Amino acid sequence: MADNPKNLRYTKEHEWARRDGKAVVVGVTAHAQESLGDVVYVELPKVGATVTAGSPFGVVESTKAVSELFAPISGKVTRVNAALADEPSTINSDPYGAGWIVEVEPSDPAQLDGLMDADAYQELLAKTAT
Amino acid sequence: MAQKTPLNAVHRALGARMVDFAGWDMPVQYAGVVTEHEAVRSAAGLFDVSHMGEIEFRGEGALDSANALISNDLRRIADGQAVYAGLLNHQGGFVDDVVAYRFSPERVLICVNASNREKDFAWMVENSPRVRPLNRSDDFAQLAVQGPKAAGILQRLTTVPLQDIATYHFREGEVAGVPCIISRTGYTGEDGFELYCPPDGAERLWNAVLEAGRADGLLPAGLGARDTLRTEMKYALYGNDIDDAHTPLEAGLGWIVKWDKGDFVGRAALAEQKARGVQRKLVGFEMREAGIPRHGYLLQKDGQPVGEVTSGTMGPTVKKAIGIGYVPTALAAEATPLEVDIRGRPARAEVVKTPFKHKP
Repeated sequence: MADNPKNLRYTKEHEWARRDGKAVVVGVTAHAQESLGDVVYVELPKVGATVTAGSPFGVVESTKAVSELFAPISGKVTRVNAALADEPSTINSDPYGAGWIVEVEPSDPAQLDGLMDADAYQELLAKTAT
Repeated sequence: MAQKTPLNAVHRALGARMVDFAGWDMPVQYAGVVTEHEAVRSAAGLFDVSHMGEIEFRGEGALDSANALISNDLRRIADGQAVYAGLLNHQGGFVDDVVAYRFSPERVLICVNASNREKDFAWMVENSPRVRPLNRSDDFAQLAVQGPKAAGILQRLTTVPLQDIATYHFREGEVAGVPCIISRTGYTGEDGFELYCPPDGAERLWNAVLEAGRADGLLPAGLGARDTLRTEMKYALYGNDIDDAHTPLEAGLGWIVKWDKGDFVGRAALAEQKARGVQRKLVGFEMREAGIPRHGYLLQKDGQPVGEVTSGTMGPTVKKAIGIGYVPTALAAEATPLEVDIRGRPARAEVVKTPFKHKP
């Protein structure tokens, strides 16, 4: 199991969120990309779209399955990782770095603190492991 | 409780991700679907397909009894040959799609889909005119060795001259010391073999093939790659692309219906459908804008629903989003524009010639 960076916050849907100045960058965790398998397509929201914490904002697809992406926090999309259109497998190879998905300007920055830290997320993974 | 093949522990030891498939605990991937898919196209892949069933007709009249149940014709082929065929219901729909092996006029073995083992057997018992079939599914494990390097790899493990086994032919012989039916068949669009062996020989055979093929780039491959490989060939998957309600004529499988062979279950219904005209056809299409078609998505023409996607994926070799689905015959011609309803968004697609992946 890959280490989950300590400076990120996590959701039970296996997304991560990272504060970056006023914005929050969002992606999926190493565990998520591992369970998805080869990511072959990503459907991103438009810049300017509003996302709501806990609600779907996009889709990732592997060869076999379609999975929704759930927003860790509410806010407005300020950037999307357009490089994923040509190289969706970046989500597999670098989920915490170049495989980031969207950047959001949070409507309530404090929402981030309500998410799991790396230890809590690790605990969740341990609990759900078979 | 899911059923397990004799190789279950081997898959787990290899780090496979396991899934339930038709009540079987099966490996969906080892290294990854795309990696395994590419290994099969460029080198070789090793699949455990022991979940498939085998039903045997034995004794005097075996061939005629089996032949009365399937749409293809066992009398047209020689001993040591196999045919792909429909096992049809009285409406002409697929009870299953099968491969029938002709050992002799007194012995025919029919390989059936895992999901249909019991249903097929019951159907055959009920409809066999003479010889009562035997369900021999538990007597066989099955490994598929597929890819351009499959023959070279297997030849190191057997004295049977594999170059003498043509496509859709088979022989019996030892591979790695394990008695096998060595069949030059597969479900990937590549050259390769399917090896039927006793369950207690499966692990020895598996390990020997893996070892012999390592230097050639052979990889263990799971159901995920099996699905992308077959989809690129537009090979039908039972339960997705064909089922009880669809006939071979609709599925583009008219070639497995031999009209001149005499009667078989479903023939009358097919003849009637042919005379009336086939109303819908299974076509292959490519996406012309972003999105991947998936089983169950609606196919539309100018916003009106006209059919359903039966299979779809991103083809790792063709590097396109591809799909299969039924459309009205009027919309089945190549280059016909369609739309796929991808989660509420109509995305443009176009009917194309299949297989998607052309033979080299």
